[in-house]
Amino acid sequence: MKLIFERGGEGHRSDFLPKNAFPAVEFEERFQRTEKPALPEVNEVEIAQHYTQLAKQAFGVSNGMYPLGSCTMKYNPKVNEEAASLKGFTDVHPLQPAETMQGVAAMYATLEKYLLEITGMDHVTFQPAAGAHGEFTGLQLIQAYHRARGDEKRTKIIVPDSAHGTNPASATMCGYQVVNVPSNEKGGIDIDLLKEAVGEDTAGLMLTNPNTLGIFDENIEEITSIIHEAGGLCYYDGANLNAVMGIARPGDMGFDVMHMNLHKTFSTPHGGGGPGSGPVACKEFLQEFLPGRQVVCEEGKFRFARQPKTIGSVTAFDGNALVVLRALAYVLTLGREGIPQAAENAVLNANYMRVGLQDVMDVPYDGPCMHEFVASAKTIKKETGVAALDIAKGMIDCEMHPPTIYFPLIVDEAMMFEPTETESKESIDRAVEAIKGICAKAYKDPEELHNAPHHAPIGRPDEVTAARHPVVRYEVKEEE
Amino acid sequence: MGDFIVNTAWEQKQMCEAIGVEKPSDLFNGLPEDVRLTEPLNIPEGKSEAEVLSLIEDMAEQNKVFRTCFRGAGAYRHYIPAIVKNVTAKDEFKTAYTPYQPEMSQGILQSIFEYQTMICEMTGMDVSNASLYDGASAAAEAVMMCRDRKRKTIYVSETVNPRMREVIMTYATAAGAKVETVPACSDNTTDLEKLESLLAEDKEAACFLLQEPNYFGRLEEPQIAEKIVHEAGAKFIMACDPISLAVLKSPGEYGADAAVGEGQPLGLPLGAGGPYIGFLAAKQDMMRKLPGRIVGETTDHDGNRAYVLTLQAREQHIRREKASSNVCSNEALCALTASVYMAAMGADGMAQVAQMSAGAAHALRDALVEAGMEDVTGGEFFNEFITASKVPAEKIEQACLEKGILSGLPLDENRMLWCATEVNTPEEVAKVAAIVKELAEGGAQ
Repeated sequence: MKLIFERGGEGHRSDFLPKNAFPAVEFEERFQRTEKPALPEVNEVEIAQHYTQLAKQAFGVSNGMYPLGSCTMKYNPKVNEEAASLKGFTDVHPLQPAETMQGVAAMYATLEKYLLEITGMDHVTFQPAAGAHGEFTGLQLIQAYHRARGDEKRTKIIVPDSAHGTNPASATMCGYQVVNVPSNEKGGIDIDLLKEAVGEDTAGLMLTNPNTLGIFDENIEEITSIIHEAGGLCYYDGANLNAVMGIARPGDMGFDVMHMNLHKTFSTPHGGGGPGSGPVACKEFLQEFLPGRQVVCEEGKFRFARQPKTIGSVTAFDGNALVVLRALAYVLTLGREGIPQAAENAVLNANYMRVGLQDVMDVPYDGPCMHEFVASAKTIKKETGVAALDIAKGMIDCEMHPPTIYFPLIVDEAMMFEPTETESKESIDRAVEAIKGICAKAYKDPEELHNAPHHAPIGRPDEVTAARHPVVRYEVKEEE
Repeated sequence: MGDFIVNTAWEQKQMCEAIGVEKPSDLFNGLPEDVRLTEPLNIPEGKSEAEVLSLIEDMAEQNKVFRTCFRGAGAYRHYIPAIVKNVTAKDEFKTAYTPYQPEMSQGILQSIFEYQTMICEMTGMDVSNASLYDGASAAAEAVMMCRDRKRKTIYVSETVNPRMREVIMTYATAAGAKVETVPACSDNTTDLEKLESLLAEDKEAACFLLQEPNYFGRLEEPQIAEKIVHEAGAKFIMACDPISLAVLKSPGEYGADAAVGEGQPLGLPLGAGGPYIGFLAAKQDMMRKLPGRIVGETTDHDGNRAYVLTLQAREQHIRREKASSNVCSNEALCALTASVYMAAMGADGMAQVAQMSAGAAHALRDALVEAGMEDVTGGEFFNEFITASKVPAEKIEQACLEKGILSGLPLDENRMLWCATEVNTPEEVAKVAAIVKELAEGGAQ
């Protein structure tokens, strides 16, 4: 594929603007740019063709099955997009007077009410722009709480070894030391080791429940009370909320603060990596620390207000409003019955896929899973040399997106599947058959899998050279 | 009610049989009784698509869309070519996630590589990441990445957008990092003498952040700042409006170590504040300190050009608590938007946008001064400036609102921060000047 810089040619351009109706401004010479930026020189026709060709080499939820564990790649409803393209939202300046953005305020207030009901929390901020950003924000609420009490000795955050990498990274950003707690044989937190880990230096615990193995920790209430008794607070990583929404609530499990991923659980598109939205919800006693401004309703009118002991702000304005709007459209569509039904079907699909695969792959944590499960290619690798990576690449030839691989770190040759509720039985059947075929091939022709994919636009790229000798931009200018 | 669940009750039953449970809800039997909801959620019943849209249209109608807008302060209204929206609406881009599997994600990876190149060209830098959440959070990441064991203090000019400064303070407070504010002079530029004396006394200075054009629209003296900062052994970071870089000297030309900014002006709608995109680019020597995703070029086993996520040893999913940042999801679709915008406009088109914006802003300034306001910007500006007036700022804002105009942003009782772009017309300028004139002549009661 040509790069856009390699298309078009000198003088190719399109005109989108009228002639300048104002006198030109001459900036003093010392302010003027001397070297013209070498942007592409292309006409609109060439742009349309370029990106249509690039799109052919991309794969989204609308292209086919995308069981990428922990990412909740569910269908992105088109009504959400329609809502988010209304001029009454897209053309609103974030610093308009409150009386001219009552609809934006109503959007935040309405979704806030629904999310609080779904999570069992009391207040929310929409400022964080992604899940990891939410973690960082939520941890700051915990930090602010301890600091406000003059409790400066709490320097540690407890994170289970099955956690997403963002959890420990977020804790570090808050200056916390990370204490890793190993999982027990059932994939849950080892209670004895947790008891040993807590103390008067415990600031809090970060936990995903169900965890990254797709297992709901049955000791959850004991876990949160161990932390509370030690004087710490409990943070719920909402990455896996899709499994339990409408069924169980983090607020009822003893969590004090959490984030949601609107781009996972609430169906807003992942956009090739973003934008997302990671609102943070908390219990009453943490409200005074919330960042940004909150929507307040008084006599039927909305206004915005800041919290007295706010931690500040984590983005410039109120949040990714157009993502929030899509999530609102989703919750309005599903409603009271649809929310738990989505969770039930997500869990049903995951279990159906799990039993379909357990004849050909190891499934280390037996028994019903929640919305995702972790299989392992350990036995296949031992017997044939074909690794999880090879199976994943084989799946690409079957025109489906591979699962998350080599995560969680506590499972060898991990393959983490999350089919979500929007996959059909038929597509899961097809995927299971395809993976069975790949596993059979591992025993007959492992070499073919080592070299997979065979039908993708490129073969396996050389990632080692990419990292050792980084080429991270196109050199537009020829050296002469 | 819509639910986006394909399987019928019959199919669900077949699946339950295969699993060995009677009904789907049995799969939740492992959850402790105490934490299971016993009552349905207290939210409304699900609605049809038609009802949902109608409800949201009602909300949209409660927002005022200003056809005439003279407000910026960090979010800017520019013309967005139709092709930009067309490309980013494609499901292949929109419904994919981070390109973890390069063989089936070349389209996305290449588009990010092109974005990185365009950002490097605009800023004069060597390496750009794949995007961050917004300009303010990107600035926070930028100053934090300059810290190390020896150099810890972050210096930020008072003339940087206060929202950006607040986010920097928030990030720094969380990490226990020290931030020093370098005061502004009376002409609304940074007090560089003060900067020099502050840095001379501090062996632990990590970096200095300067915004150009600054929050008040003013052009700073980055070439002087660069010398002061580098002589002190600290890093020099510039926050920029990407549109201005089409005509104004780039951070690279000024010798900055990193460039950061709000990418919203590059084809993204105002959108009530988001999603936007923070760009962050740096010189070669800072490459391995950059937060976020980076795409690199390599070859596949047949020697074909290929793109991959690279330098991942910096990132949270590999390094966990030792990672340089926790960024996972970014603003990829907004980066695509910015790329298509920059490709569509080209260097000449962007220079045209910059020239027209500056032209409109200077004409607006002249008209407002003519109408009785005082220009208190203090010197050369790009497309934003400040006025002072005896008439209270809020009164001017209100009078404009009544005429369907979004005025400049009130900064305090009497000062306002105005902005104009290529979408503003001479008629609009005349209209707002007439409103101001009427108020000024009516007295300042």
